[in-house]
Amino acid sequence: MSFSFPILPDGHLLAIQGLEPPHIGALLDLAENYALLNRSGKTQRDLLKGRTLINLFFEDSTRTRTSFELAGKRLGADVINMSVSTSSVNKGETLLDTASTLNAMHCDLLVVRHAQSGAPALLSQKVSASVINAGDGTHEHPTQALLDALTIRRRKGRLEGLTVAICGDVLHSRVARSNIHLLSAMNARIRLVGPPTLIPAEAARLGAEVFHDMKAGIAGADVVMMLRLQKERMTGGLVPSSREFFRFFGLDREKLAVAKPDAIVMHPGPMNRGVEIDSAVADDPERSVIGEQVEMGVACRMAVLDVLARDLRRNA
Amino acid sequence: MTDILFTGARLLDPASGLDAPGDLLVRDGLILDHGANLGRPDGAEIVDATGLCLLPGLIDLRADTGEPGHEHRETIASAAAAAAAGGITTLCALPDTDPALDDPALVQFVLRRGEATGSLTLLPYGAATKGCEGREIAEYGLLKEAGAIAFTDGRRAIASARTMRLALSYARAFGSFVVQHPEEPSLAAGGAATEGELATRLGLPGITPAAEAIMVARDIALARITRGHVHFAHVSTAAALDLIRAAKAEGLAVTCDTAPPYFDLNETAIGDWRTYAKLSPPLRPEADRLAVAAALRDGTIDAIASDHQPRDADDKRLPFAQAEAGGAGLATLLGVTLARVHAGDLPLLTALDLLTARPARLLGLPAGTLAKGAPADLVLLDLERGWQVRDGQLPGKAQNSPFDGRALEGRVTGTWKAGRRVFG
Repeated sequence: MSFSFPILPDGHLLAIQGLEPPHIGALLDLAENYALLNRSGKTQRDLLKGRTLINLFFEDSTRTRTSFELAGKRLGADVINMSVSTSSVNKGETLLDTASTLNAMHCDLLVVRHAQSGAPALLSQKVSASVINAGDGTHEHPTQALLDALTIRRRKGRLEGLTVAICGDVLHSRVARSNIHLLSAMNARIRLVGPPTLIPAEAARLGAEVFHDMKAGIAGADVVMMLRLQKERMTGGLVPSSREFFRFFGLDREKLAVAKPDAIVMHPGPMNRGVEIDSAVADDPERSVIGEQVEMGVACRMAVLDVLARDLRRNA
Repeated sequence: MTDILFTGARLLDPASGLDAPGDLLVRDGLILDHGANLGRPDGAEIVDATGLCLLPGLIDLRADTGEPGHEHRETIASAAAAAAAGGITTLCALPDTDPALDDPALVQFVLRRGEATGSLTLLPYGAATKGCEGREIAEYGLLKEAGAIAFTDGRRAIASARTMRLALSYARAFGSFVVQHPEEPSLAAGGAATEGELATRLGLPGITPAAEAIMVARDIALARITRGHVHFAHVSTAAALDLIRAAKAEGLAVTCDTAPPYFDLNETAIGDWRTYAKLSPPLRPEADRLAVAAALRDGTIDAIASDHQPRDADDKRLPFAQAEAGGAGLATLLGVTLARVHAGDLPLLTALDLLTARPARLLGLPAGTLAKGAPADLVLLDLERGWQVRDGQLPGKAQNSPFDGRALEGRVTGTWKAGRRVFG
């Protein structure tokens, strides 16, 4: 595929916020091609040949790191994983020290996950590589939003006009924020569902409708997207107990029954079964697309690497 | 169930503004009709109410009913007897019991005990925080499903601003509200009376009245950011009432109640070391009492609650600073409120509104009115009949009335719960 315009004009993917619908559409089209290619068993190992991709993870991750690793390898890049313990890198100064180290290694593509919002943006100002945000604090997780959108588009044939309910701990979720930006840019209707203690301030200003009653929030929805509720939220007092959370905000068959009959269920993983989602729903092949989300993750990350590599070639 | 016909009563229904002579007919526990000359249905029991007032049963927002854990002070059965004698047919029970009502099973326990009395709708509050300890919010959703009417830590203030913020915010998910004991605990600790000249002369450790206004100001700010509903219990100072008045004018979800001691007594009631007059919050100077009375008139105060806090002799027969705070209030709620009416300070229907229709609206209850179809919770009142409050002769277990010795005008002569006579 070729494009008449630069898809990621600043040479990084730091956030969904700021991307225009044509850019998002082009990334999804390209990712769709990679999904087909991956299923056909063919490879394209020359695209990133000789390029170095570093997975720089300041936070533990299995699936996202593996997904980027696989995406890089399928396109022929040399992939290196760097896990840095968070304790040694809490200060901005140290982060910039890391940047100069990476520059000395002549890294081309840098995938960054960090517990602090804005850390990948800071790195992008200091490294010569193209930076891909693989999740920063409670800010954004752009490739997750892309893979979610691709999964929805493949199942529903479109994004425009769909009603998407994003449920649970929206307050701490970078996945939710990226999804709100992407799906509202593509003219889907977004609903945020959760207790008021887990909905961020002024969430409605992001273009979403807020619900504190789960059934009202998912009534008639095309997509029900569950978020992970971390155990710390209970000890932090934002939610009184997991039994209460599951009773009122956990997705089970009874609550799902008010969504559209063909509504799909999504979860970015890893799931807390019996807290935010019931196994009967998570494992229902008719409803759950959680496995497909993982598959689309690799395809979307290949598309992002491809697009950024085009810019690398252009600048070379 | 036989029909009951009250004849020749002065019907008082604050919900509709009705104050007129007439009859009232009860069928199947509900008010079927009222007005002039209803006729006499066959077999109806006739209650001659000539010369008496007939009004809706009182709704008391706040009482400690002793169970579970403090049965030596009061039981739900003894509280129900006192309530019936006082004309109270709906009563909200505080959750700072032992154990605290922070589990759905405990809320159901209190509900069942209330039902067993047959004379009272007992509505338990759920604990606002686990164990009423002020740290983590309780399970409001599950507690509300079990029957909790709203959430509070009872006599304990929710001290942490963060916890209060979460409580107000979380309660909103379930359409409920949080009742605060408005007293900054770090300023109140160890205090026995309102800080001022009297406490200084008596040598008692004082609590600055600002402890109330500080907590009220803080919680109003939290209501503003959370859009939650905060209700302040037993408000007792002019400064706090001014803040609440302004918050209401701003359109915030802020409501409040007060209790009879705060508009009938001032701090001089403790003058001879009367521990029965040791309350929480403490009795205030006369200027605050007048401000509370004014706030009853202008509508700033949403309800008058008994704030019934049963204490036994061992709690009270102690040096003043060591005695337990709290006063019995069920039997005197109506009589002391009527003292404002007899003093020409408060219109009769306004006074009764604060005891019936307004608390009913706050709680979303169908009671508190004489409207057709409403539950036949009724009180027959002899508005002029005098009586004296006497330690040892009060209905119920608790005798620790701050009004001990007080002569009152207006006595309940009969109380009906869902059409069944439960007193008189």
